[in-house]
Formats: sequence, structure tokens, C-alpha cells
Amino acid sequence: MSSSAAIPGGLPDVVPMRRDPNHLGHHAAGEGESRATGHGTGGPSSKRIVVAYGFWIFLLSDIVMFAAFFAAFAVLRGGTAGGPTGAELFDIANVAIETVLLLLSSFACGVATLALNARRALLFQAAMAVTFLLGAGFLALELREFTDLVARDAGPTRSAFLSAFFTVVGCHGLHVTAGLLWLLTMMAQVFAKGFRPDILRRVMCFSLFWHALDIVWVAVFTVVYLMGSAA
Amino acid sequence: MLGKLTWSAIPFDQPIPLVAAALVGVVLLGIIAWVAVAGWLPYLWREWITSVDHKRIGVMYVLLGLVMLIRGFSDAILMRSHQALAYNALGYLPPEHYDQIFSAHGTIMIFFGAMPFMIGLMNFVVPLQLGVRDVAFPTLNSVSFWLTATGALLVNVSLVVGEFARTGWWPAPPLSETTYSPGVGVDYYLWAIQISGIGTLMSGVNLVTTILKMRAPGMSYLRMPMFCWTALASNLLIIAAFPILTATLAMLTLDRYLGFHFFTDEAGGNSMLFMNLFWAWGHPEVYILALPAYGIFSEVISTFSGKPLFAYRSMVWATLAICLLSFTVWLHHFFTMGPGGDVNGVFGITSMIIAVPTGVKIFDWMFTMYGGRVRFTTPMLWSVAFLVTFVVGGATGVLLAIPPADFVLHNSLFLVAHFHNVIVSAVVFAAFAGYAYWFPKAFGFTLDERWGKAAFWFSLVGYVWVFTPLYVVGLMGMTRRMQHFSVAEWYPWIVAASLGVIVMAVGVVCQVVQLVVSIRRREQLRDLTGDPWDGRSLEWATASPPPSFNFAVMPHVEGEEAYWAIKQRAREQARLREEPDYEPVEMPLNSPTGFVCAFFATLVGFAMIWHIWWLAALGLAGAFATFVAFAWRDRVEYEIPADAVARINRENRASRLDALQQARRKEAA
Repeated sequence: MSSSAAIPGGLPDVVPMRRDPNHLGHHAAGEGESRATGHGTGGPSSKRIVVAYGFWIFLLSDIVMFAAFFAAFAVLRGGTAGGPTGAELFDIANVAIETVLLLLSSFACGVATLALNARRALLFQAAMAVTFLLGAGFLALELREFTDLVARDAGPTRSAFLSAFFTVVGCHGLHVTAGLLWLLTMMAQVFAKGFRPDILRRVMCFSLFWHALDIVWVAVFTVVYLMGSAA
Repeated sequence: MLGKLTWSAIPFDQPIPLVAAALVGVVLLGIIAWVAVAGWLPYLWREWITSVDHKRIGVMYVLLGLVMLIRGFSDAILMRSHQALAYNALGYLPPEHYDQIFSAHGTIMIFFGAMPFMIGLMNFVVPLQLGVRDVAFPTLNSVSFWLTATGALLVNVSLVVGEFARTGWWPAPPLSETTYSPGVGVDYYLWAIQISGIGTLMSGVNLVTTILKMRAPGMSYLRMPMFCWTALASNLLIIAAFPILTATLAMLTLDRYLGFHFFTDEAGGNSMLFMNLFWAWGHPEVYILALPAYGIFSEVISTFSGKPLFAYRSMVWATLAICLLSFTVWLHHFFTMGPGGDVNGVFGITSMIIAVPTGVKIFDWMFTMYGGRVRFTTPMLWSVAFLVTFVVGGATGVLLAIPPADFVLHNSLFLVAHFHNVIVSAVVFAAFAGYAYWFPKAFGFTLDERWGKAAFWFSLVGYVWVFTPLYVVGLMGMTRRMQHFSVAEWYPWIVAASLGVIVMAVGVVCQVVQLVVSIRRREQLRDLTGDPWDGRSLEWATASPPPSFNFAVMPHVEGEEAYWAIKQRAREQARLREEPDYEPVEMPLNSPTGFVCAFFATLVGFAMIWHIWWLAALGLAGAFATFVAFAWRDRVEYEIPADAVARINRENRASRLDALQQARRKEAA
């Protein structure tokens, strides 16, 4: 026997949108993007939905990893081994500026997404460049804080509290660094290849990533800096 | 230039690892030379190494799992034979070598034997059962596999270059800190698990997205085959649990490399934090392995009983209940380390509660067999043996979940017997059941039943023979990981366990012989129809082996047991369905991204283990460059023209029609 008649190509609600080159053959017609949810009604979802969904799940797993680092920080917060505590070390003004920079960079990233959807290349590149500068500014302030702490003999090897502090904040910083690399790659890709569907999907994932870093930062700000300096 | 790596890293004074490594090296070189002389290297590169086809990747995962199961079993032989010679004597293994062996045995069996085997079966089967053409992210799938292979490679390199961890398969601090483990053994563990763990996480993301977003039309949640459900639950656990392992091992790595104080004895460090974090991953890991195994048993028992799975919905609920409960029991791994009576009580009860959904499953499988026409093929034998032996392992587990009993039995061989009792009967039996069950789908011919049954009986008898004595000596007070002992009462039981290993080894040999014999007899064992077991789910609706695009047109699912209904209709009407309208199919192009990434990951891992910083930086830069190069491709798919699709599908239709008519004639006669 064989399978039944072709279904997905013949869906009634196929909306002609943009070409979807990675559709793994599930839309035999090739050009349309179906509105199938993937929930067993109309067959597999479109590549755009699949990619965004998969990337969301990855981000959730990343947040689980941060949760483990937060748990370690919460447990080790009191383990100062006679060394300086958070209240003595943290410069909340500096952290506030960092926060503002990061949140503004998320706004710039949102503008870049709007420019992308409007297919305005120049605005997109400008907004991405602003995103990069704000993110790099955030990173520079964080690095300054780190070197300052190390210079005051409050480096990560000083106590378990400081180990946990450097790890959770540094892990977020590493994510920002990776995000900046990715950002430059996306600017280059849009520049070289234009608004191709696969590149649109990648920019979408990048902006999800960048906004997720904000969410994690809010937790870092609260758990590490605010609650940490209260102790 | 080469960091800590010097000639003294090679254990010239220890004959066992050197001879073993030399043997493996000769065999490997021989295989590579043979492949090269036969001119198959381009074929291997084109069709397998760079393949992004979920079926090929699944097969490679299973192959890796099989090889590593044998590798881990060789450690088991060493341990059992060593202990048999270690009564009032020192045995034949030096203590530090013995410690490496039990650590490597656990690490390899869990991470590189059981995990790749289960992930491989899921990779191969799930898209076929869902009626789709590939997983959600085919190239990522290839990256996942090759990163897993990197981890396996690093663990095995430690056999010859340097040493492996002497800490047990979970590297508990402070023993695993630099103070007590100054060598590179723990570093091998950390980098191997970290790299392969990334692969596992990616694979989890991939399969969850596939199951939730890529099902064939009509395949609603409650029409999915049981194996897809358990694969979903297992991969959700991977996504929720593996990041905890990543974080925990990263903390230990920072302690070891940069002098941090997460788990040290000084400067405020807390080694109990490691225990909590590690087992918050470690207990769900048990179910990451066991849930797909339950799915395999569900498919096998239903097919070979000729009945739909009994109480399908209760099985779904039991699966999801186990998925959730698996996160509520981790503390039973350290009842004796001072959490206190109240906490122990809570975790004892939650641990026992898991027996409820598991019991539901056992009854569902038994009632599936009840009143069915049971065929005792090799996969069915593994499944029935699982039902019996697993209940014993479960019962001893409930016993260990009682904190006072655990205070007596923890770290004893009773515990070792318990977890082997459950993990061998669930995961290993399921692996072989699934291997025999889906082998014809993957390769187009069935496995030799006679050798398969021999392998089954020797393995079953050997396994009961090994672990029953370990329960006994455990109750007598023998602790795990003993290099030698001098208690006369234990001795006969230890010798008995060693004899059991010989029986098990015969089973392993039978498995290998079965594969060789089956390949040689493949023409007699050929499966032409694509449905050798009279199956019930969609993977049996396509040819064996399936074409690269799986289904000529996407199947439309109209009820539970998607394929069974279609097949019954064909039998009643004595004809196949109308031929569909064929359309061209677009499939992803092969890509060396996975292989190249894993090459650089191996460089990074090896360089980090030996503190060769420039090489690590080079490897990282290479991996990033690979991703950019992959992203820069302009062509990512190729098109299979409609008439090629039609030709492939018509061949399969012809042989199925033939089989249908033969069955009619037999019925009429």
C-alpha cells in the first residue's frame, strides 16, 4: 500500500508570503507558507515557526543553566571566608548604568527588527550598530568592574561568594560577547545577501536571544546586586 | 608549547591499557586501511559522515552505542575478574588503575553506551512514526551526533594518553578537586561530558521541536505512537536537566582550572552543593534513558501481541507523571549525608510514588499481551524478560527509598545490584529489543532469529547470574568499589558473579555473530514489503530501507495506529489505495559542518585537558569559522523530481500488492 493523497500542498489556507527554502519538502508547492500549527491538523508548521519554536526551547534550557548558577550564588552568598561581602563591594550606580545600556540596546534591537520587517536596509544596519555599541558599552563597564574587584583583592579565588558572583555575572557577560559576535555576523549577512528568508529567521533568533539576555540580566540585577548587597 | 603533555603521560609501565590500546589501534587502522583500499572512503564521506538524514544519523548513533557498550563491558570483565582474584590478595590491577576502570565503566555505559543508543533509536524512528521527512533541524542533528562521538573519543584517548578519573562516574568533590585529584583524569571526564552534553542538549531541542511542530496531517497528540510520547517526555527531560549538568561541571572546571571555590573544603566552598546540583540532573537522567525504553517495549509488545496497546491514554499519563516526578526525588542519592529526618521522609515518599505510574505501565503491557496472539520473536523475548526482571529491580528500589534501610544499604553492592537490575533490564534490554525490531526498517533485511535468541538467553542468564550474588554480598555488607577484600563469606558469591560475566560475554559474542551472520544471509532475510512484523505505526508504511524522503507523499492520519487502519482496509478490499499525485520533494543537502565542528571540539577538549592554551583558542576559532561558513551557503536543498519519487514509490507498492495477493491466496487455500 502507499500513503494517501497529498495533503499539505493542497491546504486551503496557503498564504503566499515569502519563499521558504528550508521546508524539507513538506510544502510540495514550495512557494507558500502554510498556517499549519504542527498540532496534527494541517501537517508540519512552516520553517519560520519551527525555527522560532526550537530556538525558544533552546533559550529555556539556557535559562535553566542560569538557574543553576543562581542557585549556587544563593547557597554560597554567605561563604565570604572573612573576605568582603556584597554590601562592601557592589557599586550600584555602575550597575544601574549597565542596566540602562543593556535595556536601551534591546530597544535598538527591536528597532532593527522593525526595520528588517519593513525591508529598510540602512535603518536596519544603523539600529544594529547602535545595539552593538550599547552592548559593547555594557561589556566594557562590566569588565571595568571585574578588574577593579580583582585589583582590590576581591577576585573570584578570594571566597566562594566571589567565585559564584564572578561566574553568574561572567556567564551573562560571555553570552553578551557571543551575542555581539553573532550581531556582527548578521549585519554582514544582511549586507552581503539581503533579506533572504533564512537570514530573516536568523535575525529573528538573534533578537530573541538578545531580549532573553535582558530577562537574565534583570534576575542578575535583583538576585546578585540588590539582594546580594543587602546581605 | 604542549602544556602538561609529555612522554610520561603514556603509561609505558602498564601492560593492560597499552596492549588493549594497541589491539584496538591495530583493528581500527586495519578497518580504515580496508575501507581505503576498497575505495569506500568517498562513499563513507558522502553518504554517512556528512549525511544530515535522520535515519543515517540514527544508525551512526546506534553503532556508536553498540561499540561503547562493548567497551564498557570490557571494563566490567576486568572488575569482576579482578575482584575474584582479590580475596586476601591484591588482584591483578593496581589500585589507581582499578579506580579508573570503575569510573570509566560507569561514564562510558551511561553517556556513550546507553545515551547514544536511545537517542539513535529516537532519531531513526520518531520522524518515521510521525509521518514526516526529517527532524526539525537536520544539520544540527549531525552536529549533535559528532559532538557525542568527540566525547567518546576523548574518554578512550585517556586510556593511552594520561589517565581517567579515579573518582567514580560522578566526580564528587572534594575528591575531584585538584588537591586530591591533581592529574588529568577528572579533566578528561569534564571535557568529554561537557562536549557530548552540548550534543545531547541540541538533540533534545531538535526532537522536541520535531514532535511538537512537525507531525503529519491528522497526527494529533493522542494519535501519536507510544514511542513518540516517551521520546517527547525524555527529550523534555534532556532540555530541563542537561543544562544543570553543564552548569555543575562548569563550576567544577572553574574550581580546577582557575582556583575558584564552589566545592572546595576551604574559603566557603560547599561540596554538598555539588551533590544537589549533580543529582538534580542525575535522577532525571535515569528517566531520560528509561522512558524511551518504555516506549520501545510498548511498540514491541503491541506489535507482537497483535493488539493495540492496552489503555493507551493511561500510558500517556503515566509517562508524563514520571517525567514530572523524576525531578522530585534527587535527594534520595544522599539520604545519609545529613539532610535530616523530615527532608529524608519527604524524598523517601516521593521516590516511592514513582513506582505508581511505573506499575501502571507494567499492568498495561501485561494486559496488552493478555488475549493477544503473542509471537515470541527476539524483540518480544527481551520485552517479556524485562517485565519480569524489572519488577525485581523496582522492588529493591522501593526498599532503598526507605531512608532507614538506605542507611544500612547505601554504597553497598546491594545498591550496585539494584541499579544494574533496573538499568540493564530497562535500557539495555530495550536497546536490543529496539535494535532487532527496527533493524529491518533500517537495512531492508531482518536479523537472524536463531543467533538473536541465543544472544538473548545467554545475556539474560548471565545478567541474573552476575547481579543476584551482588545483592547477597551487598546485604552481607560488602561496599562498592573495593580493590581487594578479606571476608571469607563474600568470596564464593564474588566468584559466582565472575562466572556470570563469562555467560554474559557469550551473549555479547552471540550479538556480534548475529550481525555478521545476518549480513551474510541478507538475501534470504530480505524484507521486500517494508512491513516484516505486521506493524501498526507509520514507519512500516514505507519501504525498507526508507527512501531519503521517507514518504512519497505525506500520510494523512485518520485515527490511532495510523498504519493498521490503512492496512486493514487494503486487506478487506484486496487492493491498495489510489495512487497519489506525486510532486517533487526538496531535501536538505549534506553538510560536513557536524564533522568539522566535532574535529575542532576534539582539539579544544584535548587542548584544555593538557593546558595547551593556543590550541584551545585555535579550536574555538575554527568552530566559529565553521558556523559562519555554514551560514554563508547559498544552496541548502536539492530537489528530487516527481517522477523519481513516483518510481521509488511504485516499486514499494508493487511488492506490497504482491504480498497482499499472496496472503489472499493463502487464506483461500
